[in-house]
Amino acid sequence: MSENQRIIEIEVLRYNPETDKEPSRQVFEVPFTDDMSVLQGVQYIKDYLDGSLSFRWSCRMAICGSCGMMINGEPSLSCETFLRDYYPARVRVEALAHFPIEKDLVINMEGFIEKLESIQPYIIPKEERTLAQGEYLQTPAQLASYEQFSSCINCMLCYAACPQFGLNAEFIGPAAMALLHRYNIDSRDAGKAERMELVNSEEGVFNCTAVGYCSEVCPKHVDPANAVNQNKTNSAADYFLRFLTPKGGAK
Amino acid sequence: MKKTLKRSNAPIFWALFGAGGMLSALLGPILVFITGLAVPLGMLLPADTMSYANMLTFAQNIIGKGFIFAIISLFLWHAAHRIFHSLHDVGIHAGIVAKLIFYGGAMVGTLITAYTLLAIGF
Repeated sequence: MSENQRIIEIEVLRYNPETDKEPSRQVFEVPFTDDMSVLQGVQYIKDYLDGSLSFRWSCRMAICGSCGMMINGEPSLSCETFLRDYYPARVRVEALAHFPIEKDLVINMEGFIEKLESIQPYIIPKEERTLAQGEYLQTPAQLASYEQFSSCINCMLCYAACPQFGLNAEFIGPAAMALLHRYNIDSRDAGKAERMELVNSEEGVFNCTAVGYCSEVCPKHVDPANAVNQNKTNSAADYFLRFLTPKGGAK
Repeated sequence: MKKTLKRSNAPIFWALFGAGGMLSALLGPILVFITGLAVPLGMLLPADTMSYANMLTFAQNIIGKGFIFAIISLFLWHAAHRIFHSLHDVGIHAGIVAKLIFYGGAMVGTLITAYTLLAIGF
């Protein structure tokens, strides 16, 4: 360790559902240097202070979306949040809000995975093309219309940020809606009608009250709030116009 | 996850909320200025702008009727939806009861407005 090493207090939310009645807090004194992220601080705790601490991480460079935590109450990727920005104050690290805790900083993401599956996050083509017919072509403008919404890394920070998901875990939520929107507006896709059922449902977009915090915390600058709110308009149009369209999507 | 999805009836209330929000954002401040400041304090506008005779003529005109109806009714629907959701936000999940009270209130206000506007004639 270098000479300009300092000591910061990291307060960690600990919880083992098998032995603990409720979560508790534990404070560790962690030596750190200017280039150390909160994730590295937590890794230091596991390596040198308490090996029983559990947390998820993988890439260390804001690509994989594994290390999301509440840092001083804000949903953040711990790999791109730096200890130096909190020193000399104590930094508080907790599991992502609104999710059940599996252990310590590890949350149960089953509900989120189910939601991801439910939006059919793949292209549903109008008609299957054979290999001989070649690829599905797309212009740069068609790509640009949805590209931003395809940058999601499933880190779930937006769910931890969303007060409405906190109140009603059935809400399909920001990331899944952004991805749903990404496929609905893809020129190669024809699955919109199927996905709109989800958008229109009681679990759908109207749970959102346009808080916008989801977009603020997104580390990849996806704008899920925009996707959700564009789909309120789509859903309202679908609601009122379904009686006029010949196919009649009424349900 | 292939559970049966129930279509939400939220678009009805959301559309009324949105229309009322748009109207109140565009016209609310100037209405407060005209009715609350300019006319009572005699600023900018003639003193008899909101006299009974003027207002009656305004309310008897078909466009005036439409304006008054839209302002009162849509403002009410906007407020009802806003309060209903704010209650949910602060942890009061009154559900169907709150819906009946707030949306019902907006509906009653709308009907009274419509009745009154028709009753004063054309």
